[in-house]
Amino acid sequence: MKGRVLVVDDDLALSEMLSIVLRQEGLDVTHVADGTSAVAAFRDSRPDLVLLDVMLPGMDGMEVCRRIRAESGVPIVMLTARTDTVDVVVGLESGADDYVVKPFKPQELVARIRARLRRGDEPEPERLDIGDLQIDVAGHSVKRDGRALSLTPLEFDLLVALARKPWQVFTREVLLEQVWGYRHAGDTRLVNVHVQRLRSKIEHDPERPQIVVTVRGVGYKAGPA
Amino acid sequence: MTGSSQLPGTDVASSSRDDQGLGSLSESALAPIPERLGQRTPEAGASIVSRLVHAWRRSLQFRVVTTTMMLGMLVLGVVGSYLYQRIGDRLVQSRTDQATAEALSLTELAQARFYSTDKTQNTEAVTVAAQSIIAEIAGTERSRYVVLARLSTNVSSYVINPVVSGEVNDSHIPDELETAVAEDPAVQKVQIVSIPLTGESDLVPCLVVGQQLDLPLARGTGIYYVYPLQRERSSLAVISQIFLSGGFVLVALIGGVAYVVTRLVVTPVRQATMVAERLAAGRLTERMVARGEDDLASLATSFNAMAEGLQRQIRQLEDLSRVQQRFVSDVSHELRTPLTTIRMAGELIHDSRAQFEPAVARSAELLRGELDRFEALLADLLEVSRFDAGAAVLDVEPTDLRRTVAKVVDGCQQLAERKGSRITVRDPGVPCEAAYDPRRVERVLRNLIVNGIEHGEGKPLEIRVAGNDGAVAVVVRDHGVGLRPGETGLVFNRFWRADPARARTTGGTGLGLAIALEDARLHSGWLQAWGAPGEGSSFRLTLPRAPGTHIASSPLPLKPMAESLEDPT
Repeated sequence: MKGRVLVVDDDLALSEMLSIVLRQEGLDVTHVADGTSAVAAFRDSRPDLVLLDVMLPGMDGMEVCRRIRAESGVPIVMLTARTDTVDVVVGLESGADDYVVKPFKPQELVARIRARLRRGDEPEPERLDIGDLQIDVAGHSVKRDGRALSLTPLEFDLLVALARKPWQVFTREVLLEQVWGYRHAGDTRLVNVHVQRLRSKIEHDPERPQIVVTVRGVGYKAGPA
Repeated sequence: MTGSSQLPGTDVASSSRDDQGLGSLSESALAPIPERLGQRTPEAGASIVSRLVHAWRRSLQFRVVTTTMMLGMLVLGVVGSYLYQRIGDRLVQSRTDQATAEALSLTELAQARFYSTDKTQNTEAVTVAAQSIIAEIAGTERSRYVVLARLSTNVSSYVINPVVSGEVNDSHIPDELETAVAEDPAVQKVQIVSIPLTGESDLVPCLVVGQQLDLPLARGTGIYYVYPLQRERSSLAVISQIFLSGGFVLVALIGGVAYVVTRLVVTPVRQATMVAERLAAGRLTERMVARGEDDLASLATSFNAMAEGLQRQIRQLEDLSRVQQRFVSDVSHELRTPLTTIRMAGELIHDSRAQFEPAVARSAELLRGELDRFEALLADLLEVSRFDAGAAVLDVEPTDLRRTVAKVVDGCQQLAERKGSRITVRDPGVPCEAAYDPRRVERVLRNLIVNGIEHGEGKPLEIRVAGNDGAVAVVVRDHGVGLRPGETGLVFNRFWRADPARARTTGGTGLGLAIALEDARLHSGWLQAWGAPGEGSSFRLTLPRAPGTHIASSPLPLKPMAESLEDPT
């Protein structure tokens, strides 16, 4: 697996350890130790994935995440020491695709990174229509009335997963497996937060979704508008 | 007929007056009150009564004002009736004095006239004379009536018919008075009787003064002077009217005064109540207004001091709790980062243990195993301190308990296979939906199931799910060593071990059930244990359908039905 990873973490020992592990997996690793220089380093190195610690000196991880997300849809995986609901949700809402709780096993981290880098391997030409949206799977674009909507790769994957089987109800667990690549139980809040983010971009009225519909007590499905 | 003989006569008057004269006078004056009270319809009366009872219970002000008005009414009633009585007595007394004096002189005049009359040879002449004399002494202003009638004790053979001056005749003269007059020739007798007079709608109380008259031929005859007490009656009516209206005004004034006075007290008390309620609702900055130096001001001052103290205490506790939470969070972060590095290094070393000599390779294995334990312990400790700091929050969503159970069972299948246990799940086939925090409930269930597998000695594990109106429940039943009597209460204690002497072969942290219990409590749910040595144990988690609501009963029995015939709940 080839890819460039930007590690943003102030703990030097952990950063070095991460570099060792990721290099063993064949990834290129760039390291930044504080939040202030993270965005500049991101522009410099153009990584395929960002590994971001939440607690950083200078600018905190959430803010770094927001700034990177503002200019790119690059996959961002957060490293967090907290499992409190609020912390996790705020982290995800600032734009992270996934998160890993410290202390994590190296295999777990590698699996999360792989899942985020794996995409783009199957460029079969495929067009999907859901509601008033036209999805070009191979071209990674979503259009409404000919106007392209800007989705992150993760949001795109989520939408495609739902749109491929409209009317089928996906449980959060199934979505976690299909979109995030979790083989075992993951955090279903990931799904909730990203569905909200996706809705805010594709729905006419995110309060009354027509494209990604909640099925109470089960999960989500794609329904035509 | 002498001045000294007047006193006993007056006594008769005063004793009989209460029975007849004033009795009828005061009756008419008091009549309006019962009438007015009796006007309401029963239903309206009932609702007004219940409203009054409610107001009486709720409002101190209403109670004070009502009580004061009642007492005022009572006092005014007593004083008023006493005064009324006295005025009535006085009026009648002075009329009596005046009437007896007048009657005495008129009788003397009449007697002198009869004596000076010489045409008294026959009764007709006497009658004619009597008629003229009576007409003379009755006067023309009709303020009195005079009746001349033969006494019952008279034995003379000459009889003259009663002579009257007006509409009052001898039948109106009470026998009692007549007897008294007949007994004593020298004394005036007085009595009050009610007589119907023309131009009056009801009986008119009249003062009757009686005395003996010595008539020529006819001898013992009574002369009676009847004085109508119309004027006195109307005076008393006016007085009672004044008393009543004055009484009403006074009672209203007393009520008004009581209202104003209680307002002065009740308003600050109500304010204090309001402020206390706001304080209780968490608005700790609420204070009372303290003005002046009176009792109420000191109440306000002490109240404020109390609020101040409470606020300080609460702030301190909040600060402590914040410091604690902050500390927990910091420790969490500070410990987790180096632990991550250690963990990754450990994994790396562990992965390449094949290249090491056996002792180092085994050390690498031990290192990894203990890192797992250390990590689990740290996670549980942090969770417990989060509960202790009150920082645990529910993230509730409506979920089907069957789905949660299936998910957890799925995750535990691997461990069960390793231990040789078979897990069976029985559910009612209908959704058991409740609003709960799935992550926490999953954790509780994982804990119960892993415990069941680890203590189940490879025997099957049964899980049952059910729901009723207010709650959903899941029971995890194993057939392992079970619990000894008294241990069901201890299993939820922190770091409790079934047998301290037993080797710690199982990997639990000793905090799992304590955390599970806290999670259940956070949902206002129940987590209960049952066990018998050799028969295994059973754990039941009951969750309310809506978080925070009271659970009436659990849909599943805690004790296995086949083994216990006791009440399933």
